Amino acid sequence: MMKKSLISIQDFSKEEILHVLEVAKEFEKNRSRNILEGKVIACIFFEPSTRTRLSFETAVNRLGAKVIGFSDASNTSVSKGETLKDTIKMVSNYVDMIIMRHPLEGSSRYASEVSSVPVVNAGDGANQHPSQTLLDMYSIMQTQGKLDGLTINMVGDLKYGRTTHSLLQAMSHFDTEFIFTAPDELKMPVEYKDFLKEKGIRYTETDSLEEHLNDCDILYMTRVQQERFTDPMEYEKVKNVYRLDASMLKNVRPGMKILHPLPRVNEIDQDVDDTPYAYYFKQAENGLYVRMAIISCLLGYR
Amino acid sequence: MESISKELKVSALENGTVLDHIPAENVYKALDILNLKGIENQITIGINLNSKLYGKKGIIKIADRFFEDDELNKLALIAPHATVNIIRNFQVVEKKQLTMPDRIEGIASCMNPKCITNHQPVKTKFSVVNENGKISLVCHYCEKQSEIIFK
Ligand SMILES: [Zn+2]
Repeated sequence: MMKKSLISIQDFSKEEILHVLEVAKEFEKNRSRNILEGKVIACIFFEPSTRTRLSFETAVNRLGAKVIGFSDASNTSVSKGETLKDTIKMVSNYVDMIIMRHPLEGSSRYASEVSSVPVVNAGDGANQHPSQTLLDMYSIMQTQGKLDGLTINMVGDLKYGRTTHSLLQAMSHFDTEFIFTAPDELKMPVEYKDFLKEKGIRYTETDSLEEHLNDCDILYMTRVQQERFTDPMEYEKVKNVYRLDASMLKNVRPGMKILHPLPRVNEIDQDVDDTPYAYYFKQAENGLYVRMAIISCLLGYR
Repeated sequence: MESISKELKVSALENGTVLDHIPAENVYKALDILNLKGIENQITIGINLNSKLYGKKGIIKIADRFFEDDELNKLALIAPHATVNIIRNFQVVEKKQLTMPDRIEGIASCMNPKCITNHQPVKTKFSVVNENGKISLVCHYCEKQSEIIFK
């Protein structure tokens, strides 16, 4: 399909997004495909992220390719002061694709400019994490049977939460209505609301979790991430602002599903896990199929 | 009489470029942006000249040097109302206004401390956003929008 890098969700057109989601469906039906046999893919993680790395490495293995790489830069030549450019130049000469995570924002875009092979961004600081966005969309499509005409209620840290920003951008290709549930300190930034206005997409804002719980199709919960705050007092004020438990779900729409990029802290009570609305564990599993689809599409195999 | 002819010698330009209506405080930045530091050409700079339109203005005259539009348009970031006069044989042969560039490379810094461009030897690239006359930059790398910070 497309020999290119995936750095930001905005790099994919609506058609490309839909194509990747269709390919992911194929992989969900049959998760072991040796279509990339003989290929070598680098997973280079300059900061640890076990969850994301395991998902990507499993995807590579299930496609029949081999993985090389590192899971933490502290024992590599990077810690001796090698520039990112030199590391990428060297690695891209060895492999067919680079999957990278790096704490600095824009690092993946830069890597894609110096690399001779496609680069997949597995997270560049607080900036982008496009495979997360695609697996969120896949989860929405699989649970609702469509991407058009849905109401998505985003809850929690909408100020720093990059997953909500990227999902908002990606879902703007479709006929979506948004509800933003956040305390004053963590409201959706103006630039994203302006983006929706320009596209003619409706949104509502509230600071009450109860207010729009019963009129959404997707409840997208997020964790308040301590590391995004510069002021510890501000974090203490908002860290436990929303807690969803099973008793609050009595009157929700029958097909409503709860998504969460995981890990959760205490914004979703354990008793929600056994309700038919919980989808976050299946959502994480979907990440495998979507990452298999991303890798095979970017290498031109689907 | 002697002093008048001296003044003429300094300000009259036989061939070259005159940049007028630069905000007085941005004259040195303009020299930076046009990469004029260290060149051999004769350069005359006026700062805090009275201007009917802008209060205090600056002016830069560069002898025997003509610029590409792309080079000059970078000045629009700090001097959107500047005018450019091309001088040949003591005559103004062309007068032009600047147009705001869509993209700039190298001359500004990203204000995001976590941006790759502030940690590695990466040339900065920005797209220029003009919202009702308020100019800001969006970093090509970290995708953050900020005001203009020159290197
Ligand atoms: Zn930047």
